[in-house]
Amino acid sequence: MKKTVFLGALTVAGLAAGAAAAGTMDDVKARGKLNCGVTTGLVGFAAPDANGEWEGFDVAVCRAVAAAVLGDPKAVEFVPTTGKTRFTALASGEIDMLARNTTWTFSRDVDLKFEFVGVNYYDGQGFMVPKELGVSSAKELDGATVCIQTGTTTELNLADFFRSNNISYEPVPIETNAEAQQQYLAGACDVYTTDASGLAATRATFEDPSAHVLLPEIISKEPLGPLVRHGDHEWGDVVRWTLNALISAEELGVTSANLSEMAAGTNNPEINRLLGSEGTLGEMLGLDAEWGKRAVAAGGNYGEVFAKNIGEETPIGLARGLNAQWTEGGLLYSPPFR
Amino acid sequence: MADNKNNSVAYVAETMLPELPPPARETGVVKWLRENLFSNATNSVLTIVSIIVIYMIAQNTLPWIMNGVWQAPSLAACREVLEGQSGACFAVLTERWNQLIYGFKYPVDAYWRPNLAFVLLLVAIAPVLFFDLPRKMLIFTALYPFIAFWLIWGGTILGPLVALLGFAAGGYVFQTFGKGSFAVGFFGGIVAAFVVWGIGGGLIPEGASENAMLTAVPSRDLGGFMLNLMLGVTCVSLSVPLGIALALGRQSDMPLIKWICVIFIEFVRGVPLITLLFVASVMLAYFFPPESTVDLFLRVVIMITMFSAAYIAEVIRGGLAALPKGQYEAADSLGLDYPQAMRLIILPQALKISIPGIVNVAVGLFKDTTLVSVISMFDLVGMIRGPILASTEWNGVYWELLGFAALLFFVVCYGISQYSQWLERRLATDHR
Repeated sequence: MKKTVFLGALTVAGLAAGAAAAGTMDDVKARGKLNCGVTTGLVGFAAPDANGEWEGFDVAVCRAVAAAVLGDPKAVEFVPTTGKTRFTALASGEIDMLARNTTWTFSRDVDLKFEFVGVNYYDGQGFMVPKELGVSSAKELDGATVCIQTGTTTELNLADFFRSNNISYEPVPIETNAEAQQQYLAGACDVYTTDASGLAATRATFEDPSAHVLLPEIISKEPLGPLVRHGDHEWGDVVRWTLNALISAEELGVTSANLSEMAAGTNNPEINRLLGSEGTLGEMLGLDAEWGKRAVAAGGNYGEVFAKNIGEETPIGLARGLNAQWTEGGLLYSPPFR
Repeated sequence: MADNKNNSVAYVAETMLPELPPPARETGVVKWLRENLFSNATNSVLTIVSIIVIYMIAQNTLPWIMNGVWQAPSLAACREVLEGQSGACFAVLTERWNQLIYGFKYPVDAYWRPNLAFVLLLVAIAPVLFFDLPRKMLIFTALYPFIAFWLIWGGTILGPLVALLGFAAGGYVFQTFGKGSFAVGFFGGIVAAFVVWGIGGGLIPEGASENAMLTAVPSRDLGGFMLNLMLGVTCVSLSVPLGIALALGRQSDMPLIKWICVIFIEFVRGVPLITLLFVASVMLAYFFPPESTVDLFLRVVIMITMFSAAYIAEVIRGGLAALPKGQYEAADSLGLDYPQAMRLIILPQALKISIPGIVNVAVGLFKDTTLVSVISMFDLVGMIRGPILASTEWNGVYWELLGFAALLFFVVCYGISQYSQWLERRLATDHR
């Protein structure tokens, strides 16, 4: 009886919160700030620097949305969330959007009532081994000891991979990435497995990164993307098309360097529609014509954001790989702006 | 006689022999060593093994500390300076010092405010801890929470002023009517305080914080060790009185009060602190509309206070139970009523017995404040685990940062424990 009443109250409160948040865009505009959920810190994706300014790959998405909606990439209130608090923060309306390297899965999209607006990073589970082990493929890892974080999907993926390839392994359960680094360096395990971007970031902190290699096999799909609450489609559209604007800008060759030149008008009608010198796309979104221009101006196009935060020039040194444009063999494919 | 003596005794000393120094093995360092470290074979072996272990630890850690690099912009730069030698990278502490102490969002030009609040804290807490100091200083202690609130959070001074006036009104009503009937004074005081807060809160003009003397800092911007200290001090000072009330309530003859206290204590003690913190940060957000949530810092303070108050209540109940029944009867036979008996006879003795337990809870609570890092508040550990280790410059620096955190907590906790030992000696009136 008690429990029913409690759950009932919870449902009512949840519905009320959902109803109250129906006009997220109006809320954001009235507030003058975008509340954007990010991680409490993940190398290259989101972390405050020595001056307390947030920067990173996920942060850039928040800034682009703030620039498009509010005209100021700095008008973002970053709300740090942990893996445990992120979904309730979004569902309760504490944040307007979540850009926190969150994997797009069926149950999160459908059961938790969220709306993934796209993918800003295609990740997947990989393996890192010391070079001196002389292994060039994960299929040669028969009998290896593997450091793995317990209670995650990576654990299940690993078991599936080894079973389907009919080879054996010995798991070394660990709790956090920090612990994994120490165990792996101390030689407690031959292999460390987690998301490939995490492996690259971890390897970048080693004293001699070149002594470790990432194996070519990627054994799972981890599409990471920003998400918003279910049911507020106007707001979802704004976030979705801001992300698409960054991706399209790269495809069309719009960079922060030539942005003002291109915005004056070009021969390519799609660029003109994207940057607002032609058509009424901004109006359809409930924004002004220059929203796309501001989104790109916030931190550059997708490629620039990638290169600045996690690309090959940074210590993390991730190759574009799956995250290249479709024209270059990757998976990034923005629907057309028309 | 003389002959006799000469014949019967071969030798008689005619003079006193000069005093010799005691044998070398029976004096000074040697004696101490022999008696304490090498008294028998087992002891000697243990001593030698211990020395070897200590030597090995020192041999491995001292070069690491001595070689430490204090100035470098990143871990990679540290490693370049060290050129492959073993050495700590303390540069992370110097570079991120402000973030470790104040969090990463507290405005830099306002660092003097928490600093001043900390110095004033020492002044305010002194008369509570050391009761040889003049009692007049307690006036400042009573004002301190409002001053500290204003300093740390900034904004309009009217907020803390109204809060202070509310407490003052409540205290005045209690003083006036409390003599007649405790209940009238108590509840009248509460009502008076709320009336003042209601009226005063309405009178504060909208946007008074905008251009106040001190810029307003939202709770979310607090962080670092400052947050741990604030949570620790607030929660300990709130939970001791609450714990006393709960302990007395649990012993009450009135069934309603008794059962409320019992259920509260048993429920809160039966739930892990981390669960309460999750409720504070996650669940409560569902029950409030998005605009009108209670401040996160306040929610966390309430939860931690409840948690430690339940523990302190049980500690004090132990102290009450340890008093002989004669003490209660003596108070009754003197004709004291319940508040008087408690205040003058029972509690002074019961609290004295409970000191080690209360200090134990306080130390544990202070360390538990690091748990707030799991609900994405950036206390010292939250800063280390989140922003600092996630920056591309400092990812991978574990020992230096966590060692520093351990050192800070050790200093504070050891201080608390030393104080409690002093207090026990100071209050020792029996002759053990």
